[in-house]
Amino acid sequence: MSALAAGAEVEALTLAPQKPSRRRQRAERPKAWRLSILILAALFFLVPLLCSFKFSLINAAGSYSFSNYTEILKSGALRGALYLSLEIAAITSLLVILLVLPTAVLVRLKFPKLKIVMEVITILPIVVPPIVMVAGLSDIQGDAPLWVVKLFFNHPLTCLTPVYTVIAMPLVYRSVDNGLRAIDLHTLVDAARSLGCGWTSTMLRVILPNVQTAVLGGMFLTICMVLGEVVISSQLLYNTFPNEMILVSQANNSPGIPVAETLVAFVFTFLMLFSLTFLARRRGSKSR
Amino acid sequence: MLPFFLFVAVFLGGPLYVVVHGAFTTENNQLTLSNFSQIFSQPQYTQALKNSVILALWTAIGPALIGVWLAAAVVAGNPDGILRRIVSSASGVLAYFGGLPLAFLWIASVGPLGVLTVLLKSLFGFDLSDHFSFAGTGGIGLAYFYFQIPLMVIFITPALEGLRPEWDEAARNLGASRLQYLRLVVVPVLSPSFIGATLMLFGSAFSAFATAYALDGGTLPIVPGRINLALSNNVLAGQDRIAMALGTEMIAVVMIVMVGYWFVQKRAGRWLR
Repeated sequence: MSALAAGAEVEALTLAPQKPSRRRQRAERPKAWRLSILILAALFFLVPLLCSFKFSLINAAGSYSFSNYTEILKSGALRGALYLSLEIAAITSLLVILLVLPTAVLVRLKFPKLKIVMEVITILPIVVPPIVMVAGLSDIQGDAPLWVVKLFFNHPLTCLTPVYTVIAMPLVYRSVDNGLRAIDLHTLVDAARSLGCGWTSTMLRVILPNVQTAVLGGMFLTICMVLGEVVISSQLLYNTFPNEMILVSQANNSPGIPVAETLVAFVFTFLMLFSLTFLARRRGSKSR
Repeated sequence: MLPFFLFVAVFLGGPLYVVVHGAFTTENNQLTLSNFSQIFSQPQYTQALKNSVILALWTAIGPALIGVWLAAAVVAGNPDGILRRIVSSASGVLAYFGGLPLAFLWIASVGPLGVLTVLLKSLFGFDLSDHFSFAGTGGIGLAYFYFQIPLMVIFITPALEGLRPEWDEAARNLGASRLQYLRLVVVPVLSPSFIGATLMLFGSAFSAFATAYALDGGTLPIVPGRINLALSNNVLAGQDRIAMALGTEMIAVVMIVMVGYWFVQKRAGRWLR
């Protein structure tokens, strides 16, 4: 499901502030239909979060403390898994940008006819359920020649990174594509090229700064995805952070630990994305 | 650009090819349909398909309606306002985390020892676990709402923003009432986007697995759960073929949904850009 959210999410995130609607004037006084759903939604979404916070404060002994939050610092296995997952997340998000940004630019500039092909390709990872990917992967794992196993399956980093990259691709592609739509790509590239810029520096110094909110948004959500993904990693028996979290909580008989980690991850990502909306705003108003 | 296509072909095309190819062949690489005849005749698999579709249907339509209402309430407000920023970032986080973390939140709140369950019991003597359970399409579906509603907000917000204030003004100048404006302008313009978003929600719920698995440990038979079971099963021979046939079945269902999405998306482009 998650990948579905992706492209559109960043789209909403990056485009929303750029399209001020004029219906503002009518909405001076909150009307009943607005107020009611906002209150309902706030209840539905905040109550579990608050409950989880209280829950996360209960330690294994049954009293209240922050020990669940400090567990991550104490448990070596958990910390190792977190490093591994962060490593995968970092490489994945860089790799996906590296693959997607030049492709999106080239499709827009040189091969507009490929747009439909891209549409299909970037929808595919969304519609293919992760569990089906695993079914294929584990079969390959079983029958693969030794060099493939050595090269690919032996370490979670080499196996999960490419798979996660494919899963994260649609979201990043869509968001980057939306970012590119908002800027005048042809003029920018022509200007940069006629000033003697090579392709690499055009990409890095002209295009990248112009779509940075889209790129950053896509990267944050990629990291989110990697830190929460269990279907593929658990079936292939890799000890990534979410898997380790389950193990630790079962071993210590303290269900509060995963809840605590989840809350930390939630709040962290939320603040990242929230601050990004201000960045988008500032850039938007500057260019106007 | 070439690396991109190569990458997709190897790491997406590879596993997919293996799944579809495996579904149609036997262990000895002979063409067969017996895997499919098994998954369409044995009740454990047909029941799983039925459950999956029911679950996906009601967790698509419910959140679609609530989500469009919520999105409309947010869009009607200040586009630079704090509410707008909070909702857009929060829906990104909630929709994208999904899966396992969500299940943790849910267990902490309304699980047998969850905070809300304990609170209700001590305050009113009301035992939530008598009335609410994770198992079954109801309880799991409600958990899905937690990421499906944000997903709907994300999908439908661009369409709602595309509704131009001029149309409202024009309709009112022509003497239309609020209700007439809604019925004759908003609904026809928005319905393709709405249907498209609902189809995406269906696809999302249909392929979701981690949440359900973490909540009930796989007691509710759904298709991804059956695939998981068949993959982990190393007692019976040929189970991985069943997993692949089920995978192909899922791909087929989602493809149908995507074709529908394609068609409504074309119509949606007519008014909204």
